[in-house]
Amino acid sequence: MKFSRLESANASPAVCFTCNGQVIEARVGDSVATALLMAGIGSTRDTALSGEGRAAYCLMGVCFECLVEIDGIPNQQACLVPVSEGMSVRRQEGAPQVWNG
Amino acid sequence: MNDSTYDIAVIGGGLVGSAVAWGLVRGGARVVVLDEGDDAFRASRGNFGLVWVQGKGDGMADYAAWTRRSAEIWPDLAATLASEEGVDVGLRQPGGIESFLTDADRDAAELEIKRMHNQGLPGRPGDGANDTKIITAEEARALEPSLGPEVIGAAFNPHDGHVNPLYLLRGLHAGLQRLGVDYRPGHAVVRVGRDGGGYRVVTSKGDVLAHKVVLAAGLGNIPLAPTLGLNVPTRPDRGQILVTERLAPMIGYAYVNFRQTEEGTVMIGASSAQAGFDTSLDIDTSARLAARARRIFPALAKARIVRTWSALRIMSPDGFPIYAESETHPGVFVVTCHSGVTLAAVHALELAPEILAGRLSERLAAFSPKRFEMVEA
Repeated sequence: MKFSRLESANASPAVCFTCNGQVIEARVGDSVATALLMAGIGSTRDTALSGEGRAAYCLMGVCFECLVEIDGIPNQQACLVPVSEGMSVRRQEGAPQVWNG
Repeated sequence: MNDSTYDIAVIGGGLVGSAVAWGLVRGGARVVVLDEGDDAFRASRGNFGLVWVQGKGDGMADYAAWTRRSAEIWPDLAATLASEEGVDVGLRQPGGIESFLTDADRDAAELEIKRMHNQGLPGRPGDGANDTKIITAEEARALEPSLGPEVIGAAFNPHDGHVNPLYLLRGLHAGLQRLGVDYRPGHAVVRVGRDGGGYRVVTSKGDVLAHKVVLAAGLGNIPLAPTLGLNVPTRPDRGQILVTERLAPMIGYAYVNFRQTEEGTVMIGASSAQAGFDTSLDIDTSARLAARARRIFPALAKARIVRTWSALRIMSPDGFPIYAESETHPGVFVVTCHSGVTLAAVHALELAPEILAGRLSERLAAFSPKRFEMVEA
């Protein structure tokens, strides 16, 4: 699916952040979730249970599908966090491995 | 008494009431279940989900046997809920570990095993300590490599396990619906009185007539029981639980304080507090549970807690279940315990048929509340 920005939103200043190292240009006021969708990033995490890909769904803080790691803190709701300059976003891949036996 | 009279009214739609009602309707009874609303103290929505044998019945051999029997037939209940109600409750019985951090922990467990051995009922399940044995720290870590270096030993019981208690409740309720039980939520029972040869149950939304009545309302039994000639001296015992985010598999056994669910969350328990009818959360208690968890499973230090909550156990003076038929009100039974998950199998498959037959058998005699009168006398 291809998303396009509303004309009125193009007026905001540009801001750059990274997702898994990839530099993404967004606009001030974008949420991380919409910025990732605009950049064509299809899934932002793999579920802890089945490993299936997930992406932002409700975009209003309810469904928790858009969880990502932001600046080292996991399980952030990407749809509720505005992008900021230099922010580092990472995909969440499956269940965290806290024990390495 | 007429056509609208039920064979049996079960008061309470939690795990105890649902298991009994499910067993009754499978036995052919016309059953109504009277449940309260979301303002009720619902132990069945807040519990831990162990099918636990280890240590149960220290002081009452019949309870050790009954618990063991339930663990033994739990696979039958799980299989039936899967095949008839379409609900996989996720039963796993890998065995259970109680880990020790101090010599005092180990000494207490050793004494408990000896006491239970001496109270055994020869030839019956539950004889002795139900096969609980003390193992060394090395043996424990060989079973469960994620146990940390502070663990100095453990008790192991091969019959322990766990299950998803919410799926269990859902499976039983699916059965109640499928089998035509009249399930009435939001029907708080005000009182129960005689009506002809049976009973009239007065609820907040009208009366129900039934030949027999089962009190399975948890803490809700407290005001009802004395009016029906039953002594049910239970009180609330608050327990708190923490749950982590879903994690890759790291805990393979069941623990009295831990279990990792099929979905990967690690549940951390178990506290006990006498705080009356109060389900508020004591954060110091949650912190204490988390700190102990980190000593036993150091890897949990890296796990994030996503939720913590409390619920009220239904505790009798000796901690054992209470089963009885009223002497003054024949056909009125009480079924109460703090182990609605562990005992679900015997409640559904063995206790319910006895209630349907109209008489509790000799093996349940020890669970009568008469034991409290003897202590008091």
